[in-house]
Amino acid sequence: MKKSHILVLAVIAAAIGIILSTAGDVSQYVSFKEARELAAEGSPTKVHVVGRLPRDGQRILGLEYNPTLDPNYFAFTLVDTNRIAQRVVYFNPKPQDFDKSEQIVITGSMRNNVFVADKILLKCPSKYVEKDIKGATASVN
Amino acid sequence: MLNTFIGDFGHLSIIVAFVAATVAAYSYFMAARNQPLGETDASWLRIARGSFLLHGAAVVSVITCLFIIIHSHRYEYYYAWSHSSNHLPVYYMISCFWEGQEGSFLLWIFWHVCLGLAIMRFNRKWEAPVMAVFAFVQLFLTSMILGVVLLNVKIGSSPFILLRDFLTDLPVFKLNPNFVPKDGTGLNPLLQNYWMVIHPPTLFLGFALTLVPFAFAIAGLWKGELTKWVKPALPWALFGGLVLGVGIMMGAYWAYETLNFGGYWNWDPVENAVYIPWLVLVASVHGMVLWRRSKTALRTSFVLVITTFLLVLYATFLTRSGVLGNASVHSFTDLGLSGQLIVYLAAFVVLAIGLLWYRWKEIPITDKELTTYNSELWVFVGATVLCLGAFQVLVTTSIPVYNAFLGFVGIKSNLALPADQIAHYTKFQLWMGVLIALLSGIAQVMWWQKNDKESLTNSLTVPGILTLLGASLIILLVRYNKLQISPVYIVVLTAGLFGVLANLSMVLTLVKRKVSLSGGGVAHIGIALMLLGILASAGYSNIISKNSSGLLYSREFTEEINRDNVLLWRNESAPMDGYDVSYTGQYFEVPGLPEYVNKEVLFRTDDEYKALARADIKQGDKVYYKAGDTLNILPENTYYRVEYKDKKTGEAFVLYPRAQANEEMGGLLASPDIKKFLTHDIYSHIAATPDPNKEKDWSEVKEHVLSVGDTLFVNDYFGVFRGVEPAHETAGLGLKKGDLAIQADFMVYGEKKQYHVHPVFVVRNRLIGRVPDEVEDIGLRLSFVNVDPTKGKFTFGVSTTQKDYIILKAMQKPFINLLWSGTLLMAVGFGMAIVRRRREARETVAAIPEPATARRPRALRQPEKVA
Repeated sequence: MKKSHILVLAVIAAAIGIILSTAGDVSQYVSFKEARELAAEGSPTKVHVVGRLPRDGQRILGLEYNPTLDPNYFAFTLVDTNRIAQRVVYFNPKPQDFDKSEQIVITGSMRNNVFVADKILLKCPSKYVEKDIKGATASVN
Repeated sequence: MLNTFIGDFGHLSIIVAFVAATVAAYSYFMAARNQPLGETDASWLRIARGSFLLHGAAVVSVITCLFIIIHSHRYEYYYAWSHSSNHLPVYYMISCFWEGQEGSFLLWIFWHVCLGLAIMRFNRKWEAPVMAVFAFVQLFLTSMILGVVLLNVKIGSSPFILLRDFLTDLPVFKLNPNFVPKDGTGLNPLLQNYWMVIHPPTLFLGFALTLVPFAFAIAGLWKGELTKWVKPALPWALFGGLVLGVGIMMGAYWAYETLNFGGYWNWDPVENAVYIPWLVLVASVHGMVLWRRSKTALRTSFVLVITTFLLVLYATFLTRSGVLGNASVHSFTDLGLSGQLIVYLAAFVVLAIGLLWYRWKEIPITDKELTTYNSELWVFVGATVLCLGAFQVLVTTSIPVYNAFLGFVGIKSNLALPADQIAHYTKFQLWMGVLIALLSGIAQVMWWQKNDKESLTNSLTVPGILTLLGASLIILLVRYNKLQISPVYIVVLTAGLFGVLANLSMVLTLVKRKVSLSGGGVAHIGIALMLLGILASAGYSNIISKNSSGLLYSREFTEEINRDNVLLWRNESAPMDGYDVSYTGQYFEVPGLPEYVNKEVLFRTDDEYKALARADIKQGDKVYYKAGDTLNILPENTYYRVEYKDKKTGEAFVLYPRAQANEEMGGLLASPDIKKFLTHDIYSHIAATPDPNKEKDWSEVKEHVLSVGDTLFVNDYFGVFRGVEPAHETAGLGLKKGDLAIQADFMVYGEKKQYHVHPVFVVRNRLIGRVPDEVEDIGLRLSFVNVDPTKGKFTFGVSTTQKDYIILKAMQKPFINLLWSGTLLMAVGFGMAIVRRRREARETVAAIPEPATARRPRALRQPEKVA
């Protein structure tokens, strides 16, 4: 049973390698403060930041997107869970449902005082169960 | 109005199905207890069969009730209201059925019923123990849709819940408890696709099929028949591998056609949750084949068959418990069933692993030492590689689970999935693919011959040389086309080619020898082709909408920023990587017409789904509608017509990427359109459009006083005022008797075509109303301001707006057809293997006469042995 023993050892080694390598690739949810610290240390890893958009009533403050000048440049301000605001740029068109989002998850890293995002995940209220019926109030009269 | 009967009947059917499954599970268990395989207690068996048939009938009744509710638009039921709407065609109502968790559970339950009946019919000898496991699974699955509250614990979520019981806080129900909404919220538009009609049933059939080998294995362990279960289980396992594999690829194809991440596989946790069990299932098939051929790897087969089913349960837990939350775009909304799902998973983990532990020492092992020249060794290594690949995906996909678990025991954890998932998974899965391609080639060649050093070298020489030649040729071609090829890609290419050629040479040799057809060989060719297709289409996916303009903002980041989207003004052509591309307008889909219809020739009415034809609508040489006719439209989707013209060859084609301004989902849902060529696909989707919710900014209105026949100059266009005519009865006017309505007839000359413009002027009770008319193509609005009948002069107001545009992303996917054709070949290979293994399984069944069911008085039963 020598060969099979070798095989078992190889499998165990591979499995351990997979786990360690995955642990190295795992990203984490951080605040902007930690993201800045990571960037200052020169760490190239990308992080996830969860935040909200600063609003003045319904209007979102600090959105910058002018497609006719540059369709691939979108900048906004995001406030993380510790209330730290940070300018974020995204080199893609502005996601159409951006204005409606309650919570936003971005992945990317800090560079020269701006956070360069390469992915934006939006949590729209509509992703949850609908709680309202259109026309329900009108039809009662 | 409010029909509660059908829902009550459906709910009753669920309860009957649950109780019948419980009775069936217990009586099958009693029927098989303390008896050798093939002998059963007849009276228990009768009860068991009866209750399983009753369970099946009840399940069919539940499905029928739910479908009637959806089909007849009974919006008093939450399921119909939240998944369907009035304008949905019947085939999408089928998709509605499994859009929700409850419906997809039902689908799964239904397949189990079908498979259970097949086993009752074809595997008599194994019926009692296998069906005991089946009914036990059904008991858990039906409990998921029970919707009963016991001792303050909610068990299951019923699809028959009334809207008023779900949205209890809505004031409307306090005023009028019998209120029924007029329309539902509709089916997620991304799911309105023919793949979504057939992909879920395929996938769930695949899920259901993993239960069959599992149930056989458990029955074998239970009855101490540790070797005989493999033969009847193998065809089922192959069938599962086929269906699940095809189901996964259907999902991939749907994503490619419908979502806009630019590919077919996104390593989303929900995709992975199905991919993992499939890999282990395929590995288990290899284990079983090894046992059938050379009596090795039986323990491996047991472990893998059981693991496959447990992984299906784990996948169910992942996708349905809400644990993925932020991590996945496809997972179901949380119905609060996590506890129940964990119980379901835990029950089978404990049962299966406990039984295996109990019998482990008795499972026969071979003392034959495997040597390098045994094909078995290489098949075994291949199965191991598959399992390691599955393990890798499992470790990463479970990250949200670790978070949840640590949070549950009170440790705060903020792990997230790798930021660059594609790079992370590719790092491992690429090498898994390479090893599989190489091993499948080598093992397949060795499988069919007696091997020693010499014979092996001989049979591998031809495919080896051809592989190296082919790979060199392809590398030269890639270089000739000024593309890079990295060493890693060279390895993948060589391995894929070897996999194709080695398997092909073996299949051809066998055909020549007229020995038999090797399904395995054909499936392996398919897999290797898929690998090559993935290498070409993902590794050389080329964004052709690269944009070098507008570097205004991003100077500080120019070195590594991809600028992948291009802005196209309406009717202005722009160069794009060897093509001239122009966006030429917005179109609607009209049922019954072969092509889309330009919005410019449609006059929208108050009813969103109806429009008037402004001009004759002609497609081909047939006129479908005359000017003024009313036609039905599907208003949800806007199709943006994009013309591609090859600069070199002058060949042109048109794509209609679609977008949907959707309030519910928030914003714009864009789906690509794909032009398929033999060697590549051109894939384009809309990245952004002017915000449809924003009012357009119109310029200051300029007034012009004209006589009939005058010409009007606006920006770069001119229009001719050709006369005044009585206005058509158009929507929104609601003309009454005594009203006067006239419209002007303008002909405006644009860059490419002319436009009829008809601003309307209405007089009612001395009040004046004006209905302006707009030409979207050129951003022009005309209103009919005033009439001076004495002088024969007419005043018109003209205002202009910024022209319409789209922002487009387009890419080229080389040789993606290899992936799809490889999938088909893989399916064919599986099919051939099923036919062969079924025949084997039958031959032995025919040889053994049907054993009579033994009746024993109860008193003589031996005490139970099995824990």
